[in-house]
Amino acid sequence: MPDLTIKQEIDARGSACPGPLMELIRGLKSASVGEVVAVLSNDPGSNKDIPEWVQKIGYELVAAETTGNQTRFVVRKTK
Amino acid sequence: MADKMNLILMNGTLDKLLAATTITSGAVAMGKEVTIFVTFWGLNAFRKGAWADPAAQKLPADYQQYAPALKEAMQRMGVKPWIETLKTAKELGNVKVYACGLTMDMFGLKLADLEDVVDGEKGVAGFVGDSEGAQVLVF
Repeated sequence: MPDLTIKQEIDARGSACPGPLMELIRGLKSASVGEVVAVLSNDPGSNKDIPEWVQKIGYELVAAETTGNQTRFVVRKTK
Repeated sequence: MADKMNLILMNGTLDKLLAATTITSGAVAMGKEVTIFVTFWGLNAFRKGAWADPAAQKLPADYQQYAPALKEAMQRMGVKPWIETLKTAKELGNVKVYACGLTMDMFGLKLADLEDVVDGEKGVAGFVGDSEGAQVLVF
């Protein structure tokens, strides 16, 4: 089983595009390969933007959990 | 996909500043190098403190009627001031901002009059030289 310990939880609620994505990138920059970072966003744009970015950059979207109007994206730095 | 994106920012209106800095962020997210050449009214918006001065925050005349609605929506959604978006992009990626030398002279500006996000002054040939192999966008 891969390690699912969250290295960093980022609360980007209240921030609009491109805020949550940039906060996630900041978190992943400081993470090591294999580590997992989570970002919580209530910007509807993040639902498109973050999964698309993760796919393009080639990281792994471990989970996207939506509760009410907010989503927590869990991303692994795979390289 | 080119790995460099160069922006020519001519306009100093809020919509253009927000769009240019947001697209800069997207380019940084995709691992691109970004160079922003700031000229004419775009340069005017980079005077120290202008970004926070309500009198200096303008929309194009055609869209002036939407200013209150835009301001309200930006506050409600938590849209950051464009200069903060630019600072974050610079911090996380390779973004350089150059002031147009001719505009500096026309407006009587020195680098010290501009926000610190400006990396230096460049002439048009320098900017065009930098744009080789880059995707160029005009705002």
